[in-house]
Amino acid sequence: MIDKKILDQHNLRQAEYDLIVSLIGREPNLTELGIFSAMWSEHCSYKSSKLYLQKLPTKGKHVIQGPGENAGIIDIGAGLALVFKIESHNHPSFIEPFQGAATGVGGILRDIFTMGARPIALMDSLRFGPLRLAKNKSIMDGVIAGISSYGNSMGVPTVGGEVYFHECYSLNPLVNVFCLGIAEKDKIFYARTGGSGNSVLYVGSKTGRDGIHGATMASAEFGKETEQKRPNVQVGDPFKEKLLLEACLEVMAKGLIVGIQDMGAAGLTCATSEMAAKSGTGIEIDLDLVPQREEGMNPYEIMLSESQERMLIAAEPERVKSVQDVFAKWDLDAVEIGKVTEGGKLKVWFKGDIAVDLPVTAIIDLCPVYRREYREPARPKPEASTSPYPLPKDYGKTLLGLLASPTIADKEWIYRQYDHQVLTNTMLLPGADASVLRIKHTKKALAMKLDGNSLYTHLDPRGGVIAALAEVCRNLACVGARPVGATNCLNFGNPEKPEIMGQFKEVTEGLAEACAAFNIPVTGGNVSFYNDTEGISVYPTAVLGVVGVIKDYRKTVTPGFKKEGQAIILLGENKDGIGGTEYLKVLFNEDKGPPPALDLKREIAVQETCLKAIEAGLIQSAHDISEGGLAVCLAESCFFSQDKIGCRIDLKDDLRPDILLFGEAQSRIVVSVQVSKMKKLVELAKTKEVPTTVIGRTGGKNIQVGWRGKKLISLPVRQAFKAWKDAIPGFFKID
Amino acid sequence: MKFGVVVFPGSNCDFDTFYVLKDVVGQPTTYLWHKDHDLKGVDCVVLPGGFSYGDYLRSGAIARFSPLMQEVGEFAEKGGLVLGICNGFQVLLELGLLPGAMLRNKNLKFLCQFVHIRVENEKTRFTHKGKKGQVLKMPIAHFDGNYYAAPEVLKEIETNKEVVFRYVDEKGRLNEAANVNGSLNCVAGLVNKRGNVMGMMPHPERASEALLGSADGLVIFNSMKEMHDR
Repeated sequence: MIDKKILDQHNLRQAEYDLIVSLIGREPNLTELGIFSAMWSEHCSYKSSKLYLQKLPTKGKHVIQGPGENAGIIDIGAGLALVFKIESHNHPSFIEPFQGAATGVGGILRDIFTMGARPIALMDSLRFGPLRLAKNKSIMDGVIAGISSYGNSMGVPTVGGEVYFHECYSLNPLVNVFCLGIAEKDKIFYARTGGSGNSVLYVGSKTGRDGIHGATMASAEFGKETEQKRPNVQVGDPFKEKLLLEACLEVMAKGLIVGIQDMGAAGLTCATSEMAAKSGTGIEIDLDLVPQREEGMNPYEIMLSESQERMLIAAEPERVKSVQDVFAKWDLDAVEIGKVTEGGKLKVWFKGDIAVDLPVTAIIDLCPVYRREYREPARPKPEASTSPYPLPKDYGKTLLGLLASPTIADKEWIYRQYDHQVLTNTMLLPGADASVLRIKHTKKALAMKLDGNSLYTHLDPRGGVIAALAEVCRNLACVGARPVGATNCLNFGNPEKPEIMGQFKEVTEGLAEACAAFNIPVTGGNVSFYNDTEGISVYPTAVLGVVGVIKDYRKTVTPGFKKEGQAIILLGENKDGIGGTEYLKVLFNEDKGPPPALDLKREIAVQETCLKAIEAGLIQSAHDISEGGLAVCLAESCFFSQDKIGCRIDLKDDLRPDILLFGEAQSRIVVSVQVSKMKKLVELAKTKEVPTTVIGRTGGKNIQVGWRGKKLISLPVRQAFKAWKDAIPGFFKID
Repeated sequence: MKFGVVVFPGSNCDFDTFYVLKDVVGQPTTYLWHKDHDLKGVDCVVLPGGFSYGDYLRSGAIARFSPLMQEVGEFAEKGGLVLGICNGFQVLLELGLLPGAMLRNKNLKFLCQFVHIRVENEKTRFTHKGKKGQVLKMPIAHFDGNYYAAPEVLKEIETNKEVVFRYVDEKGRLNEAANVNGSLNCVAGLVNKRGNVMGMMPHPERASEALLGSADGLVIFNSMKEMHDR
């Protein structure tokens, strides 16, 4: 009865079906097929990516939990642990931007609190097509409203992130959501059933027909019929989730439960089979007991629904009543729907009949792993010795144009729709190099950053991702934080295309190399393939989230100039090369390589110099040079200054002035220091073999940049600030 | 001075308010559960910010029916001190303890940002530590903070000096741009006639420690604390 058409609908290959039959020794029924289809989907099984993800370094002396659980866990001392993870919600956000993004936030929050941590920060990496197209604007507007609606209502601040614009995201927006929680180290919970005989409780919202096959949908390319998939997108209820959060943390604090797993992708199917498989037990549930909000749902629908705000709990039978009391206090269902069993089977009853009878290892552990065909991407050609691009006529105007490019422009229009201050920990507002949160009752602060540069990874997947990780760490160094752990979200096209697989291989290998060099363990992450619409793939987009710790929050450094008359010093050196820059993109509409090269040894030395200088109290402000180059970095240092202090810069490098101002040579940080402390900083840098150049002074009301006696830029800070500030709101003006 | 912070389902500034009152202002503070009929002998009730009951209907419209609100109403009637912050202010409006209503922000977006508010009436139990005309910096975070009242109500609250705070620019001037949510008469905070119930949209608990960007919110908490000490 299961034919090719049904297999196609379930996105399963014939060979996969044959394997299922041999694993279970018979033909599966339709519900069982649905279960395999969801759990063996790319989204849930990582079948194309597993081989490569294994190369990432995941161990470290502070790692409590690496990949494989709902989130990674890092020990930060004083009995506290950080729990964090990133997830993509790209496909749903394209189909239904508001609910797609909102439920992305809901899902990642559950991943964190299911482990016993209270979520204290969210960040998002968002990528959209150019805003001149109405469709992209409406996707962006919906995504931001969705994030805002869910995160704000939950009372978890959205403290930062990144928003990036490029044509490749026009019908393929990327929505990656990061969440970080804080837990007591000895009170962490896992997706475990305990022993047989334990009770299985369903808690949270009722089950409806929404989101059926969401995971499978996220594992295929999109075509013209995509809009019809709207019913596959779940609908979020942040209020329910807030109650669920409080109730779950309460039963955990009271020690009432054994294990817990959220029902995210593949819903009840995933929660039951994963909990059992990880515990070496079986699980038996009765679907008639599952709270339902629609009439007449069949086993297939109940097992595969992705209704939001639900969890599965394992508890000792004598504690069930106490668990239910807590959930009743929060007005939530907590229904015993089954038992933990011996024998490793998932058994599902429906109206007195067996609807599912499968070995959990077949569902979870025996999914095929693919070594897909790949084609190595072409190596980027070295740049011609003479740049073919004409010099700008007016450098000031060019700077204004870059500041107004949405990727560089101020994102306040976006982040002021997010509550970024609730929980009263946010020390730095979004927009700074990294987000900084104090940890109450300690002297420590946390810093975190989400970033990626898909233009670099498009032009050079391996080098690009190394540069991207370096930049995230540099951002942390600028506020004074040392990295403790990383998570990543890898967004790619269809892995069945060899060129996409080639990109993936290069990116994961590059990321492994960079994480090893920076000595940062990767504690988890997410892979999103099939980001293709109508045959066009997104650029390979590795979004990296790094979390760091600042020992003494009072030493936190911010990017803005503080006082007039202070020295502006460049750590690192200006270098030749204009490939992969935002400048080429904005001025000449060219995505051309190679992107700037990175010397890991130098990069680490620059970061170490910055960190040491901050710890020694030598630095007044620090800002890293990235998209838009030195000129944009200087302008932003003026914008972030409370009094909009200007700067007078005098450059002497033997470089073309366009490259000098707008090139994106790596491993550079601009700092401002008191004149009396200059010498100390320069000496410190020398010990790390980091070149330093005094490039000017803070002061005045203008951004003034001279080069070898020639005036290149002279702009009032206010005018530049306005261009930067007004660019994004300008696209959304209501007439 | 004993403070009680009410917890509705969906409250999310309850922890923050509790933290500031207990650890920063140093007062005995307790949580009050919305389903109880017990004010635990507190001297002041604070209704915190958040999304009570999800605010899927009008903000604060359901919370006013919580069991504890009966006690809060009676407490206010007897002259007890009640402060509503953000969603708490919306609940006070729904309860009728303060006049007027909140509309969507004028730009139809949620707004989270620092604003400046000016002390209009420094002779209240919530503001006597401040000076008339003093400009305070603190954040707002709301979707529905666009204050509205019928013309005759507006006239009455102005005559009685019930407007405690107004949105202004950093120099203390009234203008369209500084009135970010579009409130009538730039109203940011109101006190009742008797002077024992105040509601405000900005979050003083988010501006009570310098490391968070402002400690101006302490003007309010210190005023409330000292009122009792006298």
